[in-house]
Amino acid sequence: MSRAPLVDALRALHALRRADDVVISAMGAAREWMALGTHPLDWVFVPSSMGQATSLGMGLALARPDRRIIVLNGDGGLLMNLGSLVTISAYAPPNLVILLFDNGVYEVTGAQPTPAAPTGRVRGDAIDFAALARASGLSSVFHFRGLEEWARELPAVLAAPGPTIAVLDAAPVPHAKGPRSPGPAPERARRFMAALAGRDR
Amino acid sequence: MFPGDQMGALFRGLGISHVVTVPDSTLGQWEAGIEQHGLQLIRVCREGEAWAVAAGLHLGGAHPLVMIQCTGLFESGDSLRNALHDWKLPIPSIIGYRSYLNQDTLPGDTCLAYTEPILRAWELDYKLITAPAQFSEIAEHLRGYQEALQPRVILIAEGKA
Repeated sequence: MSRAPLVDALRALHALRRADDVVISAMGAAREWMALGTHPLDWVFVPSSMGQATSLGMGLALARPDRRIIVLNGDGGLLMNLGSLVTISAYAPPNLVILLFDNGVYEVTGAQPTPAAPTGRVRGDAIDFAALARASGLSSVFHFRGLEEWARELPAVLAAPGPTIAVLDAAPVPHAKGPRSPGPAPERARRFMAALAGRDR
Repeated sequence: MFPGDQMGALFRGLGISHVVTVPDSTLGQWEAGIEQHGLQLIRVCREGEAWAVAAGLHLGGAHPLVMIQCTGLFESGDSLRNALHDWKLPIPSIIGYRSYLNQDTLPGDTCLAYTEPILRAWELDYKLITAPAQFSEIAEHLRGYQEALQPRVILIAEGKA
């Protein structure tokens, strides 16, 4: 089965996203998500501290249990903060959904392999992120190997009792650039908080 | 230097809702006292997580405080930089200053050489607390952190590592 194009995987999510969902996007996923349009409850995590999207999502999920918090993350980012899976399972926010796009590379720096990808490992094996998530204490865990399966099952992922993680085998975007900040970060933070608090209505 | 119950009451009075922490031998003793005052403790696996979890809590309308040792401050620089300086989120913190009170028992602990220069390098407004008589200075320093939009730090002198 061929790996899923990231933009098509995100289009499937875009069609299902509820108006009151918060979507946190990082790195390559942020670049492609922004290209699909903007939303007041999008937290485009640019600039970021790489790896911290899952932790930021957990904080938001705990502070706003009335909202579904969807985190769009990459495998390289998660590798920088694997402990966050354990922290998330410890506090178990039911409204947190992590969508992990595993393309096996650090895409925006020139597609170097991560230490989890077969091409980055002397034995040529692959790290199973879904198994890592289960071993970290998460129980709503999904793994999809292609776009068709992803698009078909995404509603079930979003409806599953959280915290949830769904791993998609995604294709790297050739010659991809890093995401650009869509504006001054402090001002975006203020707007986001106002939108979340309902003060923009 | 201070019992957990006293710190819990102080945090409560400042309007803190969550304490995001990795314990050390001093700060860890405060956990029960903090929870006793109705604050939620969030124990993370590593200090870089703490700033990001606190950032998410803040964005969601909560009032978190990060409580870590200076070794964790060293570890978590990039996450701190992002939350406090890129996004300018006014998240207060308590940083344990390892070995400050027992400089004889751990001679050469490099925490003593690097903690304050690193706080200054990160442009963090910190207050060093070395004696119980300074308790009121903690609240004085942290009070108004939200209105000031300043990430304020209390540096608590600790004993043995």
